[in-house]
Amino acid sequence: MPAHDVLIIGAGLAGQRAALAAAEVGATVAIMSKVHPVRSHSNAAAGGINAALNPDDSWESHAFDTVKGSDYLGDQDAIEIMCREAPGEVLWLEHRGVTFHRNLEGKLGTRAFGGASAARTYYVADITGQALLHVLYEQLMKFHALIDRYEEWFVTALVQDDDGQCTGAVARNIRDGSMELFGAKATIQASGGAGQCFKPTTNALICTGDGIAQSFRIGAPLMDMEMIQYHPTTLAGNGILITEGARGEGAHLYNAEGERFMEKYAPNKMELASRDVVSRSEQTEINEGRGFPDGTVALDITKVPRKRTLEALREIVNIGRDFAGVDITREPIHIRPGCHYIMGGVKTDVWGATSIPGLYAAGEVACVSVHGGNRLGANSLLDTLIFGRRSGEHAAQRAAGMSAPRASRAALADERRMIAGIIGREGGGRRISAIKDELGTMMNEKCAVFRTAQGLAEAHETIRRLKEEASVAAIDDRGSVFNQDVLAALELEYMLDVAECIVVGAIERKESRGAQFRLDFPERNDDEWLKHITLSVNGADAPQISYTPVTMTQWEPQERTY
Amino acid sequence: MADYTLRLRRYSPESGEAPYWEEFEVDLDGKRSVLDGILQVKDRTDASIAIRCSCRAAICGSCGVRINGKPNLACHMHLDHAAENAVDGVITVEPMGNMPVIKDLIVDMDAVHWKKIQRVTPWLLPDGPDPEREHIVPPESMIDVTQTMACIQCGACVSDCLSMEVDPLFIGPAALAKAYRFVGDPRDGQHYERLKDLSEDPHGIYDCTHCFNCIEACPKGVAPMSQIMRLRRIAGSDYEIADDNNGHRHEQAFVQNIEKNGLLHEADLLPDSYGGKFHPRAVPELLDSLPVILRALQRGKVTPRKALLHSHKAPGEVKRIFKHVHDKEERYELNLYVVGEEDEPEPGEHTAQADAAGSHLPAERSPNQ
Repeated sequence: MPAHDVLIIGAGLAGQRAALAAAEVGATVAIMSKVHPVRSHSNAAAGGINAALNPDDSWESHAFDTVKGSDYLGDQDAIEIMCREAPGEVLWLEHRGVTFHRNLEGKLGTRAFGGASAARTYYVADITGQALLHVLYEQLMKFHALIDRYEEWFVTALVQDDDGQCTGAVARNIRDGSMELFGAKATIQASGGAGQCFKPTTNALICTGDGIAQSFRIGAPLMDMEMIQYHPTTLAGNGILITEGARGEGAHLYNAEGERFMEKYAPNKMELASRDVVSRSEQTEINEGRGFPDGTVALDITKVPRKRTLEALREIVNIGRDFAGVDITREPIHIRPGCHYIMGGVKTDVWGATSIPGLYAAGEVACVSVHGGNRLGANSLLDTLIFGRRSGEHAAQRAAGMSAPRASRAALADERRMIAGIIGREGGGRRISAIKDELGTMMNEKCAVFRTAQGLAEAHETIRRLKEEASVAAIDDRGSVFNQDVLAALELEYMLDVAECIVVGAIERKESRGAQFRLDFPERNDDEWLKHITLSVNGADAPQISYTPVTMTQWEPQERTY
Repeated sequence: MADYTLRLRRYSPESGEAPYWEEFEVDLDGKRSVLDGILQVKDRTDASIAIRCSCRAAICGSCGVRINGKPNLACHMHLDHAAENAVDGVITVEPMGNMPVIKDLIVDMDAVHWKKIQRVTPWLLPDGPDPEREHIVPPESMIDVTQTMACIQCGACVSDCLSMEVDPLFIGPAALAKAYRFVGDPRDGQHYERLKDLSEDPHGIYDCTHCFNCIEACPKGVAPMSQIMRLRRIAGSDYEIADDNNGHRHEQAFVQNIEKNGLLHEADLLPDSYGGKFHPRAVPELLDSLPVILRALQRGKVTPRKALLHSHKAPGEVKRIFKHVHDKEERYELNLYVVGEEDEPEPGEHTAQADAAGSHLPAERSPNQ
């Protein structure tokens, strides 16, 4: 049985950063991912990373923008930590070799981003996430003697001892189908978000909420699950993301009547209002008949000088050409709001610790909560790195003070049996893909930018039915080597657990705040709902609801206008 | 909706059977990708088809395959385009080359690609301790290496590298492009050591044969071969590394040969690569090559007359090209992140943010000016 001080599940930015931090403290580290680390979805974060690094900017300003962006649901202690530590983190990345954009003096240069009162987004063209991810992977290769990499291993369950402590995980080697128990003094979930619960989505096919569901199943509470970010600029049909960097560089939004409609909704910040505001504005235009026939509005990037676009927005030039047949330097591109990010996740403290001893969570899988009701653009890369590092450090320190826990081999036998049960499944249940498709389409209809009690109740009912169907879904692949069919069966059940929590949270929150807009409760209600909704596993029944107060330090809720 | 037929290369290591082709019908718009087609087949017909894929937007680099014999990302090729280029209208999809197949369309990238990446010491080696703030570097240097940072490690270039087919130990296009990411980065303190290492390795930068396959294969415009050529120029011209493989001298001899003759005069090329016919180093090399020369004569590939009397002389046009290149003060470097023309001057349209970013390169930096 492989045993390490710290086991990290997921090898995107949060996981890799946690691994490097834990190794630096002196822990033995394993990092495990169902895909090769550089395939992780952190790649897709295009626009940049926020930090108040300029002498005339301040972390307080960054923190206030984040609090306001969160619609006052973010925990201000955690936000303060993130914004204070951001400049140091960006410099750390620069020193490791990230090829950040420079200004004419050769210093780090910035671009503007949504919801921010200063240009504080540091970037590498529009491949910032990719550049960061690949540079961190360079560091993982550099420190290969200290960090064991398990690439293309799929975690099937977290393991607990009799005291409820998390003692590692069981995983399947995708290449040969063998199962292994990984013992660890501390386990960090860093396996990303759950965008595949929606269709379409900007999220990659791997974003199936594995870590959220695995943690939930062993008793870790989830928080803010109803808060799903719809990104204002995604391609109709396939949901592919057009970076907010486009608007940061000066692109405008127009409806089908040629009106720059953000003037009505956010007269000061216009296209650079926070994402929930812009998405709602677009959806309102579309719903009221001022969109294009394909249910979109237009993003006009021709406002940006062509050379600048070719240099700083190169990736979306390619995306426009390859996935929409549009030359964005010459003509507007049709876009609409699309599922992009889950603000909620596994509830953690400011060190990434969950309420299960020995289990940590960082990145999109987690909810610290720094994003509250709505995440600001370019704060997600920051979140992954700051809380990835903090959880790595904290987990390593925990490990240093304890002896190896006794990991139960029974869990391994259980998981082997469970997998064998799926592979040996007989009969003609529905296809996994059909269930997934129904889930995603339904969620995108009933749990999107505008929500109602009735739609959400129907959504919940559908999810309960799909859960039944998923448990007997048909299996084609009976093999051991790269059996992606059996992994899809597991992912489907993770997605359904996560989707149920999203819907239950959305039903419970009877107000409109951040990304949650209830047509039946259109106002923000601070008296009753300035609190987090926390969900815990409750056997096979719908999750148990409780509340957690929002931590306030220096910013009282105000009316939110942009 | 249009109908397409996909012919997929199937292989299961557990079945004990040889690889085979299997055809599937796809019912999708022609502007959807080949990956969408494969996923539809997986969804509707056979979920046991194995392909790595994730982002669907040519960012994650998972779905490298060969489509109609050419490497690409499955998500980066439209069905209609693929069908137009298919021999019999049937789109063939098979695993990438130069790497062992694990199952169906999945190859073992660890065994080849990632081993080669690790060969080039793929991390920054700065001189001295970290500065208190950021490194101050020329803005264009970061844009320059961003071309190789754009590499998503999909393996398409490795798949069709002809040199690697002949010499499996060749470090290869992806890893050498990665090497340029450090050699071109002013923050790295080991430029000479890296270049010396890659020049002296018989499977290093001089093992590339300029076939352009990697440039054509790369879905991200990294142009690995161009990066290899830049490594050569920096190694040979800037650091004057005369490698034991004779790669640098051979390259110089080649260029001089063309400058003089316009067309390649092969009989001169070999001795010139070793310093000329009468250079002591050339003698053993020429003797070594005698059997090849004799075989070529025997089979009529060359005649003594053609080989020895090369009457062609470089025309004025060729001479002008050489003069133009020699007269340039700076080396002419192509980089896709520094191309594109400046718009008509529109000061009003110039966004404040972009100005604050200070990112506009001086016009003379753009090769298109």
